[in-house]
Amino acid sequence: MTDTAADTWTVAGRTFRSRLIVGTGKYKDFEQNAAAVEASGAEIVTVAVRRVNVSDPKAPMLTDYIDPQKITYLPNTAGCFTADDAIRTLRLAREAGGWDLVKLEVLGEARTLYPDMRETLKATEILAKEGFLPMVYCVDDPIAARQLEEAGAVAVMPLGAPIGSGLGIQNKVTVRLIVEGAKVPVLVDAGVGTASEAAVAMELGCDGVLMNTAIAEARDPIRMARAMKLAVEAGRDAYLAGRMAQRRYADPSSPLAGLI
Amino acid sequence: MAAELSLIVNGEPRRVAPGSSIADLVAGIGLDPKKVAVEHNGEIAPRSTLADVALSDGDVLEIVHFVGGG
Repeated sequence: MTDTAADTWTVAGRTFRSRLIVGTGKYKDFEQNAAAVEASGAEIVTVAVRRVNVSDPKAPMLTDYIDPQKITYLPNTAGCFTADDAIRTLRLAREAGGWDLVKLEVLGEARTLYPDMRETLKATEILAKEGFLPMVYCVDDPIAARQLEEAGAVAVMPLGAPIGSGLGIQNKVTVRLIVEGAKVPVLVDAGVGTASEAAVAMELGCDGVLMNTAIAEARDPIRMARAMKLAVEAGRDAYLAGRMAQRRYADPSSPLAGLI
Repeated sequence: MAAELSLIVNGEPRRVAPGSSIADLVAGIGLDPKKVAVEHNGEIAPRSTLADVALSDGDVLEIVHFVGGG
């Protein structure tokens, strides 16, 4: 039996045990959000950068509920449709939190929230030159993933299906091709809807999974957070264990010899 | 006594006393400077310099923080 406790992954020199990254959007309240993060076992959470409400400066803040000293905040660029907007957002994020590890996403259109790869590649190059460590949301295209890696992405994060859709991993072939070709960690970002789909991502050999809506919009987000934790661990173990070969027909598990 | 300075803070007009720094503005709004980041006329204003940067009439500021997101 392999020691599963030693199974860690490393992105840009930082090592983590949990392979599940969770978002912090769409929760009923901060308490539920914090409880779900705890149940998920996640060591990294994604966060957005937005204007402070200057008319209500004493309103509770995310940092009051999820301690950035204990959980790594991964600032995102959600809502950015150009490289310039994304870079501006992450410069502010770095000042707000002091972190270089960031999630870059440059969106192409509101309907699908599909990434604009031309702008994403441009932003990756500039961010890497400015000393950022961008983990990059991208299309499930092995060539695009390689180009991002060459541009300085510290992780590539192909979508499994459109953001917030919960449709599961639509193209297992391209996700596997990305995993086989990448020298940086690969995480499925977006599209996972339920636990079995998180396990699929891990069985394909991904280093991790990033999700938000699947947990936040479950009837019981805290239970779903735990389900995702277990699914990611199960999928990872199954990948490491190496699945059996598939056969077209039955093969009995009990011996034929000695049959009465 | 010089006239108050007119600023745009997070898209809204706001007035501050002449001679105010960015730190004065942040404190005046009631925010903890350790929890926010400030952009001053399109450039990042490093937290360590907020008390040293004097505001001018017509300055545009963005004050942001982390919120829930995916």
